[in-house]
Amino acid sequence: MREKSWKYIVTFQTTTAAMAFESLCAKENVPGRLIPVPKELSSGCGLAWCVPFESADLIDNLIKKENPLYDKASKVWH
Amino acid sequence: MIYLDNAATTFKKPINVIEAINHALTSYGNSGRGAYRAALDSGRMVYETREKISRFFGSGDPSKVIFTSNATESLNIVLFGLFGSGDHVISTVTEHNSVLRPLYKLEKTKHIGIDFIGIDESGKLKYDEFEKHIKENTKAIIVNHVSNVSGEISDIEYIGKIAKKNNLYFIADVSQSAGNIKIDMNKTGIDILCFTGHKGLFGPGGTGGIVINSDILIDTFKVGGSGVQSFNKEQPDEYPTRLEAGTLNIMGIAGLGAGIDFINEVGITNIHKKEMYLLKRLYKGIKDIKGIKFYTDCSEFEKEPEFIRHGSILPLNIDGIHSGDLADYLGEDYDIAIRAGAHCAPLMHKAFGTVDEGIARFSFSYFNTEEEIDAVIKAIKEIVEE
Repeated sequence: MREKSWKYIVTFQTTTAAMAFESLCAKENVPGRLIPVPKELSSGCGLAWCVPFESADLIDNLIKKENPLYDKASKVWH
Repeated sequence: MIYLDNAATTFKKPINVIEAINHALTSYGNSGRGAYRAALDSGRMVYETREKISRFFGSGDPSKVIFTSNATESLNIVLFGLFGSGDHVISTVTEHNSVLRPLYKLEKTKHIGIDFIGIDESGKLKYDEFEKHIKENTKAIIVNHVSNVSGEISDIEYIGKIAKKNNLYFIADVSQSAGNIKIDMNKTGIDILCFTGHKGLFGPGGTGGIVINSDILIDTFKVGGSGVQSFNKEQPDEYPTRLEAGTLNIMGIAGLGAGIDFINEVGITNIHKKEMYLLKRLYKGIKDIKGIKFYTDCSEFEKEPEFIRHGSILPLNIDGIHSGDLADYLGEDYDIAIRAGAHCAPLMHKAFGTVDEGIARFSFSYFNTEEEIDAVIKAIKEIVEE
């Protein structure tokens, strides 16, 4: 079994919103990657943006600054 | 073959379009249906293409770029998704059947009211008629940007102002202008733009779309798999998923995106200038043929190519030669491809009085050459002299 750790995970209502978020993170040099939505979360889109929890501030700041479309941003043991 | 039926579909595609389709066929999975590399790469390409299209048409939101199979499907989705009992719309006699037939069906089944704006002898819209037809229940103005018969350009900035002033949706069919003439939805006030991918945008057949530049909610026309919100009994509300049930045409979208890259690289102004140069060369070469008649305002062709405001279409007839015969002689004896007959725009043929004879339509692409045009001029002259 892979070892789990605390992650900060952003979910979306559409694939397009997930792709837009990935594109925004690349542009703004914010870490993370797209993963299947973890079982701990339920959301509209099958994709979620995942970063180690230590980078949560970077995600929150990006969301505040750019106002992208997203569903929820959550701390998850994943 | 000398191909001058680019208003039907562009035959020659840029090499990067072919390469992009090939790459998609050999590299991409299904967009939005997985988090592995091939599916994500596919989703990235689709999203980047939405961004390209959004920028290309001057709208602000890539999520409001909806992929369809062609402009007809786009227009059907928009018209059936917006209008119902008691609504009135204004359209024009320049429209293609892709607008007319949905409107006629809505008239029959939902009892909507329709008024059509007429044209003058050269095919220009009678702009003073628009405001005269606005009623209390008028909901939208639907306009063909460039006529697929005459090549005349509608003044969409003027029409956009009328729509805005009267709080009407402004819906534009840009099938014949996208890729040939710069379109800016923000500047012109177009709320919904319907395009096809396989003409001036150089994409493959089976591509097209809707670009929405307002908060309008278009009703769903098909529901089903979306890759998202799987336990929702209804199609998700959010664009683009709202209107995109089922697997997207990934290979087509890859080609369409590459077509837009090509246009951006060459420059839409340069494309228009070259097409106008070729159109003018053909016009000048045949205009003095006895009995020739053009169905457009030819004074425009006296200008230098970069200043000509016209679609890449030259419509004509020659006395004594049916348009279908002219197309047949050119095709059979000279391997020159043009379109003849009626052009799916019945009100235009009624307005021009060409219901019986049709119209011979020569339509140009960036890839046509001077030599091709000179060969067409020679062929037409030989046919006339027979």
